[in-house]
Parts: sequence; structure tokens; C-alpha cells
Amino acid sequence: MTNESLTPALTPHAGKGRDRRQREGEGDSSAKHGRLLANLMHFARTLRAAGLPVGPGKVIDAVAAVSAVGITNRTDFYWTLHAVFVNRPDQRLIFDQAFHVFWRNPDLLKKMMGLVLPEMRIEGIEDQGTAMVRRLAEALHPDIGKEGQAEESETEIDAAMSFSDREQLRGMDFEKMSLEELARAKAAIARLRLPVQDVPTRRFAPDRHGARADLRATLRAALRSGGLIELKRRSPRRRPPPLVVLCDISGSMSRYSRIFLHFMHSVTNDRDRVHTFVFGTRLTNITRYLRHRDVDLALERVAEAVTDWSGGTRIGHALAEFNRLWSRRLLGQGAIVLLITDGLDRDAGAGLAHEMDRLHRSCRRLIWLNPLLRYDGFEPKSLGMKAMMPYVDEFRPVHNLESLEALIAVLSAPIMRRGTAAAWHGNQERAA
Amino acid sequence: MAAIPSSVDATLALLGSADYVADRSLATAVHLALHLNRPLFLEGEAGVGKTEIAKVLASALKRRLIRLQCYEGLDVASAVYEWDYARQMIEIRLAEAAEEDRSEIEGTIFSDRFLIKRPLLQALEPDIAGAPVLLIDELDRTDEPFEAYLLELLSDFQVTIPEIGTIHAEHPPIVIITSNRTREIHDALKRRCFYYWVDYPTAARELEILKRKAPGASEHLSREVVEFVQRLRTMDLFKLPGIAETIDWTEALMQLDVLELTPHAINDTLGVLLKYQDDIARLHGSEAARILEQVKAETAAAQA
Repeated sequence: MTNESLTPALTPHAGKGRDRRQREGEGDSSAKHGRLLANLMHFARTLRAAGLPVGPGKVIDAVAAVSAVGITNRTDFYWTLHAVFVNRPDQRLIFDQAFHVFWRNPDLLKKMMGLVLPEMRIEGIEDQGTAMVRRLAEALHPDIGKEGQAEESETEIDAAMSFSDREQLRGMDFEKMSLEELARAKAAIARLRLPVQDVPTRRFAPDRHGARADLRATLRAALRSGGLIELKRRSPRRRPPPLVVLCDISGSMSRYSRIFLHFMHSVTNDRDRVHTFVFGTRLTNITRYLRHRDVDLALERVAEAVTDWSGGTRIGHALAEFNRLWSRRLLGQGAIVLLITDGLDRDAGAGLAHEMDRLHRSCRRLIWLNPLLRYDGFEPKSLGMKAMMPYVDEFRPVHNLESLEALIAVLSAPIMRRGTAAAWHGNQERAA
Repeated sequence: MAAIPSSVDATLALLGSADYVADRSLATAVHLALHLNRPLFLEGEAGVGKTEIAKVLASALKRRLIRLQCYEGLDVASAVYEWDYARQMIEIRLAEAAEEDRSEIEGTIFSDRFLIKRPLLQALEPDIAGAPVLLIDELDRTDEPFEAYLLELLSDFQVTIPEIGTIHAEHPPIVIITSNRTREIHDALKRRCFYYWVDYPTAARELEILKRKAPGASEHLSREVVEFVQRLRTMDLFKLPGIAETIDWTEALMQLDVLELTPHAINDTLGVLLKYQDDIARLHGSEAARILEQVKAETAAAQA
């Protein structure tokens, strides 16, 4: 172990107080190493508390990495720890801020936090940045989390207001699910049959009637038996394609939010490769929250994370955001997209056709589930609907959606004939 | 055998010697991967030079480059090893005709002679030139089962073949994994690697790259091209142009004997730079002319 190279890390005030350090540094080398380790551990704990998946193994890696690179300057030290602790692009901002706060002076950290926070808030221009800083601040100094909360929600609202004045930030309360309901939901989801139920993968499983010869199995069997070589067969494995659910949670849909969320929770926990989004005036990825097995807990988290319950709808805007940020990451492997919305768009369908077209072209199949809830006052000439209709593969209208079972029955109904959606649209046109 | 660079500066110089203009941050990550025998996991948009790093490392260190291009359904038979079944069957028939002992046959047909080695197994074999560079390209294209399989290989650098036993690499290969992020790779795999997000380069670095990769282009044209592309990257396009596109575009312009950017030349060659019809339609004509005007003003100011 090269102790010389480690010296500057002992007191993480890089740059300052170098002479003093060198004078002290002549002494006990194991103590020096100990302090580096302690500092790295403390740093790792800070990152973990701020939400980065940093386990004890990472600390050992960090020590090895720092020894390999040596500490000659702050930049190299930064990128060394970066290579060890950061795993995803979105963790870079947190790491950056944590690094700069922590390695300036971890000892004075608690005292400094009060001073540093407002300053950093100015630096973090985007509201996403501010939110991260708050997580970090809470990690460094758990007590201030509570006070920061009020301020934070204020900035959040400010940003929201500039975004759209029609947006409403409302909380959402869901009734808890009874055990009986849970059992029924489970049974219902087992009956779900999407139009593309499963697709062949390029992996194979043994199958006596398979179309392909499995030479490996054949040979092994031949060795065991001798004499005639019996040909073993295999066929492609099948698995459900990825499913992406985009669900409208605007005011006109609020009656059904609970059913839809239960549906999304059940389907997320029923199969893999399910991604769920909700949108009103903004798009929120709720996949992570719904992965909680406990449905009440999951819905509680969703209610907290989503801020635009029962407000207006900007379908075009939400789809544009999905197309730009998520479609390449989620639709790559031939996903089915299930779009749940009533097509009532506050932006009167502006830009919607374009985004629908793009969405339609990037997925295997686009299904539109439309709960026609305002049945009496329903407007067939809704501009949003008109813009969307030409781009869906399948249109599934449903009246009086009362339960999860009804929803699943609609989704599992046999595939409509080709052009049915267009024909339905035509009828509505004529009726109007 | 070329020695592994001893410091971050040496790594930077090594990459530079093979015409790869790297950030110091990237050099640090490469240095770590080389020294601690950990895979380097590179993520980033298409065309920012992820695959190139592996190629450059192999040529600069004079190691063999073994490339595994990933695709959905990639399995052990095409990634690691496969038995040569046809020859094995002939061997069995011959042995039976010669009335050999059953157990002896089994020993013969599951030997090295009948083993077809695929990239991952090749990478574990000793090499006179030193441990090879193993490039696992576009890992996001495979499915989760293959990712899980890689875990054993990447942490212990060993492969288990039931008929033979465990094959262990004496000198672990230099592993570079790339991903375009068309899906998230599992954390368990990333945890075993050093992670680096390859970003679009700054204007200065891009100009430097262009000098190395398109040496025929004039200073003036290169400057304009880089400035134009940098401005495109600030726009809300569906697919931003990467470094590969910048180089291609410069070469296309040179082929057409363009000495400086004109709206006409841009419109004719936009397809080299942008790969989505929406983006092209948006930029074609007046928008391109507007950006070009800004670029001209910028470069004129820089030269004055």
C-alpha cells in the first residue's frame, strides 16, 4: 500500500493546510489509513442516506480504487470515487453535490449545512436539482428535513404555476383494500388476456413435438442408451411482451382512478417487464412505487409522488414527454402500449396527432381503453379523440366501469375486426 | 506485451497515442478498470465513442480484441461454447464399429477436440500478447437471463462446462461493456463494474477529435461544423447527433468540396447528421439557415 499517495486524503481539505498535514503525516501510517477509511465510510453512508445504492462492498472498492490512482489532485480523486459509487446517469448530480459538500470539510459539515443549503438552492436551477439537494441535506443532517419541507413544497408550487396555471396540485386518498377485494383482484388479473398474449423468444425449451432438433440433448441421451440415436426436439420459449401502461388521472377520470391503480398494481406484480405512467398535466413514472407487494402501501406512495391528481389533461404534452424520455428505453423490445384516457384534452388536441403517430410507430401494438363515463354529455367530436383515433390499433370503449373485473373483461375481449376502430369513429361522425 | 499505464496521465497519453481524445474523467475510469481488473461499464447515447474505447485499448496495448455483439436470445451456445455435434456423432459411430468401451467414448467426445470456443471462452484463454480485451457490445440488447449468466464470468472470470469442469482465466481479460440504455441493466451487474457515462464532448474536445479523425478538413470548416453540431445539441431534437455523426458529416462535406457551410450544403447533407425524419423536416430550410447565421457570427467573433 502506497501510504505517501494517500496522505492528502487524510484531511479532506484539499489544497488548504498542506504543510500542517505533512508535519503530522510523518507519524503513524496505519492511523492515516484508518482516517481515510473512516472518511470514505462516512462519505459512503452519506451517499446511501441520499438514496444511492451504496453497500459495504463499495467502501472496500473505493479504498482499493483510491490506492490504485493515488491522490494527487482533487479532479482525479473526484472521478475515482465517481467510478466506484455512481451506477446510473441520474445519480451523477447527487454524487457531485455530496462530493463538493463532504470533501470540503466533513467535520464542520453539520455547522455548515445551515449556511450551505440556501446557497446550493440558488445553484440548483432546475427544480429537479433542488429536490435532490433536499434529499442530500436530509441525509447529511436528518433534523433539518422537517423544516425544509414547507419551503420545498413552496418552490415546487412556484415551478408548477409557471408550467400551467390550470394545473391543480391535489392529494389523493384511496380507501384501503379489503382482503376479499384483494383475492378477487388476484383472480381477475389471472384472467387477463391481452390481444398479444405472448411472443416467442429466441430461447428454447425441450418439447417432444418441437420443430427443431436439440442436438445437445440428443447426444447426451445417445450416450446413455447406445444403439439407435433418438432425436430430441425443442421449441422456442414464449413470454409476454413488455407492457407499458399510460393512464390519465385528470379530473374527468378521477372516478376511476382507484380501479385503474389497482389494475396497474396487480398487473405490475403479476408479470415482469411492466412499466406504468400516470399523466394529467405532467407525466409521472410510478413503476417503482407499484412494485411494492402491498397494494395499500404502493398506492399511498403513488398518491404522494403524483402531484397533478384530478386536474386538467394535456395528453399531447404527456405523450411528447414519454416519446422523448422513455420510449427508447421501454419500447425497444416490442412492447404493447395500453393508453387509458377519455381523450378529453385541455390543449384541444394540439400536437397530439403527431405524438400519437410516433408512439404508434414505436410499439408493437397500441391499445386505447376509453371509459366513456360522461355517457350522456359525451362529445364525439372531441378534438383530442379525433386526433388520436387514426393511430390506435385497437379501441376499447367501456361504459359503466364498476370494478377491476369489468376492466379486465373489456381488455380480454376478443380482438375487434380490423378497421373497427375507424368504423366506430365514422359512426360517431355521422351521428354528430 | 505493452505494459499497462501506471497513472491517469499515462492512460490519457495512451488513449491519445491511438487518436482517442478522452476526458480526464474517462481516463481515470479506464485506469481504474485496468489496475483493479474490473470491467468498465460504459453507457451513453449512440455514437459517442463507447465501442471505440475498447478498440483503441486493444490496439494501443497490442492485445487481442474479442468482441461479443449482443442480441436478444443470445445464449451460452453462441456466447461461450458449443460442442461440435456432427463430429461427435461420427466419432460415436466409429467407436461403436470398433467396439470400444462406452466410458472411453464419453471421455473422447467431450474433449477439447470437439469444443467450439465462442468469444467469452476465448477471452479466458491465456494469450502470448497478454490478457485480451473483451468487448461486450450493446448489452442492453440481450435479455435478463444472459445478464445473470455474465455475473459469474465477470466476478470470478471463470466458466463452468459440465462435461469438462471449470475453466479459470489465469490473467483476467480487460472487459469493456457498452450499453445504449434501451433498457436498464440490472444493478447486480453494474455493481461489479466501474461505471462511466459517456457524454457528448465539449466544443474544444470535439474540434480536437475532428482534427484527428478528419485530418483533411480545413480549420475553418471544422470550426463551423463543430459550432453547428454543438448548437443542434442544445435543441429539443428526438435524436441528437453524436461524435460519429459529426465526423461523417465533415467527411461528406469534404467529398462535396464544401469549403464553408452554406444553407444549401447543409440542406443537402442533413441526412448524415440527423436520422429522424421529424428532426430533418424541422431543421430543413429556414431553421438551419438561422442556426448557421449564429454560427457564422460566433466563428467570426472568435477569429477577430
